Amino acid sequence: MTTNAIEIHNLRKTFGRQTVIDGLSLTVERGEVFALLGPNGAGKTTTINVLTTLTSADSGTASVVGFNVRSQAVEVQRRISLTGQAAAVDDALTATENVVMFARLAGLGRGESHRRAAELIEQFGLTDAASRLVRAFSGGMRRRLDLALSFVVTPEVLFLDEPTTGLDTRSRRELWDLIRSLAASGTTVFLTTQYLEEADQLADRIAVLHNGRVAALGTAAELKARVGGDTVELHDENGELLREIPTDGTVSDLRRALDLLDEDGADGVVTLRRPSLDDVFLALTSPNAHAVKETA
Amino acid sequence: MTTAVPAPTAAAPPPLRRRLRGVTAESVFVERSLRHSLRDGESLLMAILLPVMLMLMFTWVFGGAIDSSGAYVDYVVPGIILTCAGFGASSTAVYVANDMRTGIIDRFRTMPLRAGAILTGHVVASLLRNLVATAIVIGVGVLVGFRPTGSLVEWVALAVLIALYILAITYLFAAIGLAAGSPEGANGYGFVLLFVPYLSSAFVPVASMPGWLQPIAAHQPVTPIVETIRGLLMGTPLNAEPWWAVGWCLVILVIAVAWGAWLFRRKAGRR
Repeated sequence: MTTNAIEIHNLRKTFGRQTVIDGLSLTVERGEVFALLGPNGAGKTTTINVLTTLTSADSGTASVVGFNVRSQAVEVQRRISLTGQAAAVDDALTATENVVMFARLAGLGRGESHRRAAELIEQFGLTDAASRLVRAFSGGMRRRLDLALSFVVTPEVLFLDEPTTGLDTRSRRELWDLIRSLAASGTTVFLTTQYLEEADQLADRIAVLHNGRVAALGTAAELKARVGGDTVELHDENGELLREIPTDGTVSDLRRALDLLDEDGADGVVTLRRPSLDDVFLALTSPNAHAVKETA
Repeated sequence: MTTAVPAPTAAAPPPLRRRLRGVTAESVFVERSLRHSLRDGESLLMAILLPVMLMLMFTWVFGGAIDSSGAYVDYVVPGIILTCAGFGASSTAVYVANDMRTGIIDRFRTMPLRAGAILTGHVVASLLRNLVATAIVIGVGVLVGFRPTGSLVEWVALAVLIALYILAITYLFAAIGLAAGSPEGANGYGFVLLFVPYLSSAFVPVASMPGWLQPIAAHQPVTPIVETIRGLLMGTPLNAEPWWAVGWCLVILVIAVAWGAWLFRRKAGRR
């Protein structure tokens, strides 16, 4: 099949007087891991809601594996899974009961559902917690269970809405490994994130979303090239930021930055900061950089 | 690190979610809601304990003052049965509001399921929960001196009417759960509705109320339902009360289902 995993053309969505998606167009190929990167309020979740048939757009079209999300919603629903921001698992059930419930809702019989649940519980590293109530789970375990629920039937497109928000570093890395292995088996992954590092770690291509529109699109390396290199920061002994000097990441430019600090006779602690999401936004939307910094 | 794009495989596409046959989704959700009910021990205990305490209080504490002949227990049990149904049904609002808050409803909505199936699960579980609680309340009533005179046919009619009433009020509470901003809010609305039986003939005859309150008490939905239960169990005159009772239940049910369906479409997916 040659159909793309996701096609979005000139999508628009407003809530009251607030325009959340403003002429968004995107194409995601099959098998790709695609990240939608942007701050809160950029329209990430609304885009996912439109693609997963939860919300209908005001205008424009969107299709998932060739099916229109509005007129062929059921066909879309049969081929996708959503792991949302809230880790929507059932607290009052055990891990196994959660998976069995979702398996039965996907059309598997009772026996089949229990077999599938046993497989997924093992695959997602939840064997020890299989018969415990989800209420007692840690954040990382909840996300793993949430992902397991999305795989009762292997989806053609997996939607992940901020999959690691609120997780500690270790759980985040575990979840990244898991998402990578799921993507490697051929499922198309469409994820949203606020973290450049997460998009960098997981995605083949990244779209930077700004005011409901794509501000930049490319591989992580391409975007970083546009952002520039690390920033040299000078702090006083209280950690207060005194100076910041952007560099292009080369040794000579780093030396230039340090020389600059030397000339000023600056006294303090020097640190090197990787490009942050703020920097990406500032670099990509420079004409109104100040407005961006406020919203980001 | 960037993950390599796997080459588009020639293998067969993964299996799709199957279309569910008959009432599979509904039965899965009923099972889910029943598990919730059984694991939420406090709510379950309250749904049974509070009406039982209400009954003991009205028969032993207030009973003597209201009617010193001791026949008050026969008068009040039908009212307690009705109040009991309200108690149990109100927790449905909390369960539904909780589902909305956690986002699990959104997840179900991204799957090819009938939209109302999850509400049906909550409602059927509430119906079963409340029928058990009602049976216990009637049993306790008999223990403290309630002596119903109904025939088997009248008992069956009673069960049908009570089930219809519970169904109507549970759907109403399910809709309230959708309308409320939070589970806590849903709980609050529930209490408001629980006062309705007190303004009916459930606990004292309408004739004993102040003049201005009588028309309200006589014509509100709960009064004909209580009078019908009383007629079926104690042989008091039924007149047209059963028609009014069934009519009110159906009206409440239709309004609640329509309101619930409207709220469900509007609220879900918009957290």
